[in-house]
Amino acid sequence: MSDARELIAKRVADFFEAGNLGNLGIGLPTLVANYLPAAKNVMLHSENGFIGIGPNPEPGTEDKDIVNAGGMPVTIVPGGVAFDSSMSFGLARGGHVDVSVLGALEVDEKGNLANWNVPGKLVPGMGGAMDLVVGAKKVVIAMEHTQKDGSPKILNKCTLPLTAVGVVDYIVTELGVMEVTDEGIVLRELAPGVSVVDIQCKTEATLIVPETIGSMER
Amino acid sequence: MSKIKPLEEVTALFKDGQVMMIGGFLCAGTPDIFIDALIDMNIKDLTVIANDTGFPERGIGRLVVNKQIKKMIATHVGTNKETGRQMNSGEMEVDLVPQGTLAERIRAAGVGLGGILTPTGVGTLIEEGKQKLTIGGKDFLLELPLRADIALLNAWKADTSGNLVYRVAARNFNPLMAMAADLVIVAAENIVEVGELGPDEIITPGTLVDIIVSAPVKGGL
Repeated sequence: MSDARELIAKRVADFFEAGNLGNLGIGLPTLVANYLPAAKNVMLHSENGFIGIGPNPEPGTEDKDIVNAGGMPVTIVPGGVAFDSSMSFGLARGGHVDVSVLGALEVDEKGNLANWNVPGKLVPGMGGAMDLVVGAKKVVIAMEHTQKDGSPKILNKCTLPLTAVGVVDYIVTELGVMEVTDEGIVLRELAPGVSVVDIQCKTEATLIVPETIGSMER
Repeated sequence: MSKIKPLEEVTALFKDGQVMMIGGFLCAGTPDIFIDALIDMNIKDLTVIANDTGFPERGIGRLVVNKQIKKMIATHVGTNKETGRQMNSGEMEVDLVPQGTLAERIRAAGVGLGGILTPTGVGTLIEEGKQKLTIGGKDFLLELPLRADIALLNAWKADTSGNLVYRVAARNFNPLMAMAADLVIVAAENIVEVGELGPDEIITPGTLVDIIVSAPVKGGL
């Protein structure tokens, strides 16, 4: 794992409070599970129909009925519970998921999120993403700060088809931690060795810079 | 009266052009025995309502590869490149629905509701052509019920009267679809006598189920 992804995943894990129910999207967000301390007793929701995602199974002990939302074999922890798709998304839309962590193609200063559709390319579908962000108490975007070609992903206004409007609360990248507020995007923390100028140069939206900025490293 | 029937009695009910709901999430809880039969019979022009289109070589994806689906209503088709190809070439119509909305549209049909109001999709492409209602200052989309001619489901255990129990992530859309189709056909991995499943354990009441086909899993569970 690259240091950048590890830094992001570790910091996102800090958004969870003891006893929270969380949902981790596919890819980078899934790594957050590695940094959730057991003492916090966080339970993870799997959109395909259960609470209590456990560690990956030992080779040879995979169970066809215990898979995550990516179809990969997982385990279910003691106290885990299975349910149908209506309950699964009822939990999400109904405000019962404390923290939902997703990746993004674009985020803007109004907290709009685009992560499901690039016109002209193959459209895989939104799956559960639209529901997972409309009801979660806290929506945290975990992503690399820019596109592969270096162009910004944190914009004044999203250009891609939206997943949802005004839902993003926090953005965590390898450069820093940002909070989306009514006034705009506030820079809360910087990664080690990153300056305000560095992060602003790679961000289209104008970051609001408070007097004190924390360190992202824990 | 036992609802257990041989597979041939079920396949005689399959016809071109039917609307079919198929349970499962990326093949967990998908009744492969009926997919096999649909392929063997080459039933065409199906409208399929399901969470996803599986993989090209597994689950519902095999019906896509065999070009048996005219219209697909699903939440995510990214695990099957052939679905994307047929969607882009216009060979198959694909209607993408947010997963929570798909679940509630199926449930609405099954429980006699005229539709549901959801905040999911407000302000996105999903709201196009839909009625928007403002309730308590918040916007909701009116989403309409989805019904099918046939629901093809998978259960972990069934008793001979059709009471069903599912297992962990293989439950997903199966219990919702059991209420939303004219004919409900279940592949059961294990069949037990009436009375062996306790009333608090049963998830789908047998009264919703028309036919059970025995479909033991290799190795068993």
